[in-house]
Amino acid sequence: MVGFDFSNYNRNAALHAQGVPLPKATSTGTTIVGCIFDGGVVIAADTRATSGPIVADKNCEKLHYIAPQIWCAGAGTAADTEFTTALISSNLQLHALSTGRTPRVVTCMTMLKQHLFRYQGHIGAYLVVAGVDPTGVGLFTVHAHGSTDKLPYVTMGSGSMAAMAVFEANWKGTLTRDDAVKLCSEAILAGIFNDLGSGSNVDVCVITENKTTLLRNHIKPNERAQKERNYRFPRGTTAVLNEKIVTREELSKYVTVHELSSDDDVVVVEKMDVDG
Amino acid sequence: MNHFPHGWGRPRDDIYGPYDHTYLSHSQSSGPNQHTQQPAVTGTSVLAAKFKDGVVIAADNLASYGSLARFTDVKRLHKFGEHAILGIGGDVSDMQYISRILNELDIDENYGSTGNTLNAKNLHTYLSKVMYARRTKINPLWNAILVAGLDGVGRPFLSSVDLLGTTFSSPTLATGYGSYLAQPLLRKLAETEDEVANVTREKAEKAVREALKVLFYRDARSLDRFSIAVVTKQGIELMEDEQLEGQSWAFADRIKGYGTQVN
Amino acid sequence: MAFIHPSSLLPSSNPSYSFREGIKSSAPGIQEHRFSPYADNGGSTLGIAGKDFTIIAGDTRQSSGYSINTRYAPKVFRIGGDDDSGTGAKIILAVTGFAADGNALKERLDSMVKMYKYQHGKDISVKACAQRLATILYSKRFFPYYTQAILGGIDEEGVGALYSYDYVGSYEREQCRAVGAAASLIMPFLDNQVNLKNQYVPGSGVGHDLKAKAAEPLEQSHVEQLVRDAFSGAVERHIEVGDGLQMLIATKDGIREIYTPLKRD
Repeated sequence: MVGFDFSNYNRNAALHAQGVPLPKATSTGTTIVGCIFDGGVVIAADTRATSGPIVADKNCEKLHYIAPQIWCAGAGTAADTEFTTALISSNLQLHALSTGRTPRVVTCMTMLKQHLFRYQGHIGAYLVVAGVDPTGVGLFTVHAHGSTDKLPYVTMGSGSMAAMAVFEANWKGTLTRDDAVKLCSEAILAGIFNDLGSGSNVDVCVITENKTTLLRNHIKPNERAQKERNYRFPRGTTAVLNEKIVTREELSKYVTVHELSSDDDVVVVEKMDVDG
Repeated sequence: MNHFPHGWGRPRDDIYGPYDHTYLSHSQSSGPNQHTQQPAVTGTSVLAAKFKDGVVIAADNLASYGSLARFTDVKRLHKFGEHAILGIGGDVSDMQYISRILNELDIDENYGSTGNTLNAKNLHTYLSKVMYARRTKINPLWNAILVAGLDGVGRPFLSSVDLLGTTFSSPTLATGYGSYLAQPLLRKLAETEDEVANVTREKAEKAVREALKVLFYRDARSLDRFSIAVVTKQGIELMEDEQLEGQSWAFADRIKGYGTQVN
Repeated sequence: MAFIHPSSLLPSSNPSYSFREGIKSSAPGIQEHRFSPYADNGGSTLGIAGKDFTIIAGDTRQSSGYSINTRYAPKVFRIGGDDDSGTGAKIILAVTGFAADGNALKERLDSMVKMYKYQHGKDISVKACAQRLATILYSKRFFPYYTQAILGGIDEEGVGALYSYDYVGSYEREQCRAVGAAASLIMPFLDNQVNLKNQYVPGSGVGHDLKAKAAEPLEQSHVEQLVRDAFSGAVERHIEVGDGLQMLIATKDGIREIYTPLKRD
């Protein structure tokens, strides 16, 4: 592995000393949880990403794929959780190919903790690792400094205490799949409504011996309120200072132009209320 | 996060950098030393919930000295008059001072000729002025306080005040670590003042006892011995030596190690 | 003219990313740790003045750090009422920032307005009350109230009046103002929808000759809708805003209150 590029370190240190601010990383001030049940494991997460007090993403995905039967819930710095899980996912796949066996949860957990320990907490990834492998069900937490924990129910992130309170009050030794999904959802909801760093929807992932089910937006308790007024502006509201018309013939000199058949083909990346 | 009383009122670490411990080594001997800047012996959370005819309030009986469980029989609920009670977290010496000034206030009021007595709402107003005045002198009383009881017209009253003089009220309240762990559970009882009408005394008391149990599981500065009080029109029922019941440590037997360990 | 920036009031105005902010391992001389007498309790307020009314609104969430203290703590108050519930009041004050200072400020202004009535036998004008609020704020110039205030009511001509303040008493009369946590989200919306900034009359000219739309007084119901839309938008993108919206509307007939629930996440 090549690793990180530190070539700007001295320059940045000098800039910081003069008070130049660091760019703010998007953090997933988060509630994530996990809980084992008879025959599998459930992990769940809220979907709010924040940058300081501002909501950066209202419906982000905090459940990360590692292997078909191993998934991670991530809290902390968004980029670190994404890249760390992607890296370990990749290495675990290579390991599986090389050994010819399905990857184990403990292997994933060990790779994560050794990677994070090496970076002494500078990689701000706080993870809940869960999965089912030939040795059985696995559920762990991995902290940014590299410590791990193995428990039947776990929580992490800024909403971890709200979520843990729900577990401590309602957890039982024997749980069915549906019980576990409900309990994890309740724990996330406690985070969503009591912790300002958490919000929006509940994502759940259920892993059993022969199936992984991702329940994206399992509960949506925070639908956007309907606006009372219409904020469409009539065409011509914005001043046009100059206008240049490029004909298709001219454009064809540089690129290939295709005619689209109907309005259906127009790509809308994210549809908004005002789009009608 | 500021879970512990010594963190209350201090600038947040993530914004202002970590707490500077260097003052400890030589502040005692030289330089100006004034006012309480940190608590010594502390009590942890106080919990309370309103129900349709009154309020239930509880706090454990522990006074910690840093991480030492110093006193295990400290009563942190204080009666005031017939229909008001306060629960105090934070510095215990400041708590005893507050208890004393309120006792003096109570005596003074009883000598008054109007025949009026101070209710929970009056008590909260008085306390919030004391706390705000002390913070303004940069000499705070290092406490978080819940005032429970009945207001001037006999309705359930519950409100809080802290070392900065910040006040707020809600159908359920919890201070300290309880604001993170207990409040999410208590809020399920009643989210709004209107919902308080559907809460019975039994439901409220059960929820508070359950929340105390969760706090004992997860707050390392808490105790399984506690005081609990119920205030209604009939007066105050105060039980000062209760024991947490029905604890569950069922999860413990199946835990082996923290990672790859088996057997 | 420079307004006092809130961050300069907090114990350290240096950002924590600077290396200068690091802990001194053994600094010589006196070391002291200071108790911080300020806190930020979040929340946002706004005010809009109309032809014969003024609306001042605020969310009802009070927070500290990532915790919600309560879902219902009013930030908008009736000033100079006859009793606890504020009946008979004609002036509205809204405060954001440090809640304890906000309450202290409210109570000082409220008792001052009452004293005025007892001494002069008439209600104080909004203009005079606004000036008095400025002097109250400035009286604590070197230990300020950590609050951003807006004051509203009906002026002596019967027109909606709105005043906004910085922390130490600099103030001006305005048509609309958003303050607090989500001010930077709400104010551009208000500029565009109330003062019709960046809106031109379609087809009225070419390029720079295009005529800007002229702002005209808005209907009360229209403004109420704008306020609710402003807050339902702010709730989506600011974590400290939510739970409920309290709107106080001052007209010649007194003050009316409307409460609307907001998202609680």
